[in-house]
Amino acid sequence: MGIHVIKMPDLGEGIAEVEVVAWHVQPGDTVREDQVLADVMTDKATVEIPSPVAGTITSLGGAIGQALAVGAELIRLEVAGSGNISAEKARREPVQSGAATAPAEEVAEPQLEAVAAMEAPARAEPQAPAKPAPTRPAPAPSARSTNAAPLRADGEKPLAPPAVRQRAWDLGVELQFVPGSGPAGRITHADLDAHVAGRRGGAANGGADERYAEQHGEHATQIIGLRRKIAEKMQEAKRNIPHFTYVEEVDVTELEALRTQLNARYGAESGKLTLLPLLMRAVVLALRSYPMMSARYDDEANLLTTFDAAHIGIAAQTESGLMVPVVRHAESRDPWSSAAEIARLAEAARSGKATRDELTGSTITITSLGALGGIVTTPVINRPEVAIVGVNRIVDRPVIRDGAMVARKMMNLSSSFDHRVIDGMVAAQFVQSIRGYLEFPATLFVE
Amino acid sequence: METINTTLLIIGGGPAGYVAGIRAGQLGIPAIVVEGAQPGGTCLNIGCIPSKALIHAADEYAKTVGYAAQTSPLGITVDAPRIDLERTVAWKDGIVKRLTGGVGALLKKQGVRVVRGWARVLDGKTVEVVAPQGGDAPTVRIRCEHLLLASGSQAVELPFMPFGGPVISSTEALALTSVPERLVVVGAGYIGLELGTAFRKLGSQVTVVEAAGRILPAYDADLVKPVASSLERLGVEMRLATSVLGMEGGRVKVRDASGVEAYLDADRVLVAVGRKPATTGWGLEHLMLDMAGRAVKIDEQCRTSMRNVWAIGDLTGEPMLAHRAMAQGEMVAEIIAGQRRFFQPAAIPAVCYTDPEIVVAGMSPGEAAAAGIDAISASFPFSANGRAMTIESTDGFVRVVARKDNHVILGWQAVGVGVAELAAGFTQSIELGAQLEDVARTIHAHPTLGEAVQEAALRALGHALHI
Repeated sequence: MGIHVIKMPDLGEGIAEVEVVAWHVQPGDTVREDQVLADVMTDKATVEIPSPVAGTITSLGGAIGQALAVGAELIRLEVAGSGNISAEKARREPVQSGAATAPAEEVAEPQLEAVAAMEAPARAEPQAPAKPAPTRPAPAPSARSTNAAPLRADGEKPLAPPAVRQRAWDLGVELQFVPGSGPAGRITHADLDAHVAGRRGGAANGGADERYAEQHGEHATQIIGLRRKIAEKMQEAKRNIPHFTYVEEVDVTELEALRTQLNARYGAESGKLTLLPLLMRAVVLALRSYPMMSARYDDEANLLTTFDAAHIGIAAQTESGLMVPVVRHAESRDPWSSAAEIARLAEAARSGKATRDELTGSTITITSLGALGGIVTTPVINRPEVAIVGVNRIVDRPVIRDGAMVARKMMNLSSSFDHRVIDGMVAAQFVQSIRGYLEFPATLFVE
Repeated sequence: METINTTLLIIGGGPAGYVAGIRAGQLGIPAIVVEGAQPGGTCLNIGCIPSKALIHAADEYAKTVGYAAQTSPLGITVDAPRIDLERTVAWKDGIVKRLTGGVGALLKKQGVRVVRGWARVLDGKTVEVVAPQGGDAPTVRIRCEHLLLASGSQAVELPFMPFGGPVISSTEALALTSVPERLVVVGAGYIGLELGTAFRKLGSQVTVVEAAGRILPAYDADLVKPVASSLERLGVEMRLATSVLGMEGGRVKVRDASGVEAYLDADRVLVAVGRKPATTGWGLEHLMLDMAGRAVKIDEQCRTSMRNVWAIGDLTGEPMLAHRAMAQGEMVAEIIAGQRRFFQPAAIPAVCYTDPEIVVAGMSPGEAAAAGIDAISASFPFSANGRAMTIESTDGFVRVVARKDNHVILGWQAVGVGVAELAAGFTQSIELGAQLEDVARTIHAHPTLGEAVQEAALRALGHALHI
């Protein structure tokens, strides 16, 4: 009797991993030639694997749902005759699954190319742990290297004395990833040192060059406080709102010229204007034609409330994260008043002194990353609002005007809308309206 | 109203709370402990310490009674021993006072302020403290960054037999100034048996009523057997599988498993049917914390469901043990000080001061099997231990449980006179991840009871020397 090993066939198209979706046989079953053994699935198709030989199944290469590398052992049969692997190799080459739960010494056997391909780069040390752990100690230089124990089975607690446990906590090391060299796999201080040194130095690739050292640090951060709030709000917004994002380019050459003029003439007494208050003015004017954009949508009550006022939220970066202070009644402010209010709110938000009222109640939001504006953004709506206008960077671009190529200051507006209540056409018209005001800035002041 | 601000506010000055306070003080965290009674909690005032003092006095007295009856083989005789329980209790109170005073001094030394009074939680950062009854100190308000709940536990009351009159809890039992002639103990858990045994030794006629079919249901049958025979020898009447129905005309009405009802005469009825977390009467409900049954739910760091509100000790449920509470308190103070800590003991020992004592640490053979671990166990009897013979106590044994594959020790159990002191070695060996060979190859002093520990390990390895 011999052993016949069937490997996962190459299904072509550069696929390296194939998922087992069904076993048609179990160990102990007798199979005929051409009998279907398993169904495997690539991301393109499900394929039946027939048996090339008759024999008795002795082991399966993995569980249903497991991804096996092409060339990994899929199934092992006992066949009449000599089989396709030698007895010696059959003994040394264990049933190998992608999860690599086999004993340590055997995993790194060089003939298991497929496994090596799936795991970390080839290792020289034959005693490397079997479990694909995210961190791995450097091969210990001392005599302990002959004694490196396997990592624990899944769910088994690491064995370490209290002093080692405390030091691991202090170092931020998860002991379950530290192989223990002591009796019964007990983790010693030396094991911890080796683990930490491995993490820092990462000499696993054999090079002593620090610049190319492997990095194994993992830094867990509890998402709490404002950051958690932000996370929840973003998640809610993205989960609940089907975003429709519309990007349009705006020629702001005239606007910038006007702004320069205004700042030169009134800057000293009234303060300098940035683009933002002018954009706010444009939004306020556009809202007169598109009042449904200044709104709050209570989607649980199916109630859309539109506001005659424009309470404009201004997304602001603070040390602890994103905040959205609100310029109330922007419709009642001229650009200088808006600018002053933006400056005051931004300062309050950054210093953590903004009140709850100053941070809630907006009906539409403007977001700007300033010089980092990029060419396109996909702003996330400040739920329960229905629209957010994002400002991208201003750049000098060649454009065609009257048949000639000229340099113009161009800026994109990337805006998102709640597509449940705002139709694409209306959204586009709203943005075009804003664009109109910005491109002909006199209209911002002349009504 | 005076408002005090602090970093850490600890509600309860028991083993959980005062240890947290001391550790916080050591780490430089401003801390306040609120305590309505004496510091030291149940443990020092009405639990561990006073009960062990009473048990010791009862043992000493029982010995003299034995000598007087000329039943002792030691050749000692005495005439008509007597006990003045009032003086015994005064002695016990002296110990308690010394210890609670010591706790106060330790807190003071670490700069931890103790505010005397009963706390009332207003929210997760604010607590009001009302002076204890009779005190005229004004109510103060304390605001904190971290609120540590350590309110402890209280004896469970039977609804049909409330405390009062002859019906007492362990608290009153430890303060009796005369020995009741007839004592009925409801509940054969460790509290009921410890105190029932002590009063029997002091001269009471003791009847223990237990609804379950056996005593000490928390421990395995082998461990309990020496205690059961000792109770029988002492003349404690056991009524197992029997329910208490209530008081009727000063007698305790009971019904056994076959439905037969009976009345037990009693001067005192000690109800010892367990303890429950003290969750009411101090505003805990305002926090709306997640609960785990009757206890406050905590994670591996003793965090509750509310940020910066922590809970430790009996309030967080079983095992309700002072040493667990202390370890939790120490840990929380360290976490608040910015250290990375988790409550992940390898074992929490438990001791039962019955006669003889029971001590367990880690897994029993049954628990190892239930966890799906292939384990071996072996025990060594005190009947083969020289020291045990010299203290006239050869009942009991030491048992070890270890993994079969690598001999890592999973647990220890022992029953016998004085075995409580073995807890230290038991727990240490488990925490250090010792294998059977480690204990077997450690020289244990002769003649001591501890030799049985080494012999149990040897026996598990198949080569015990003295059996």
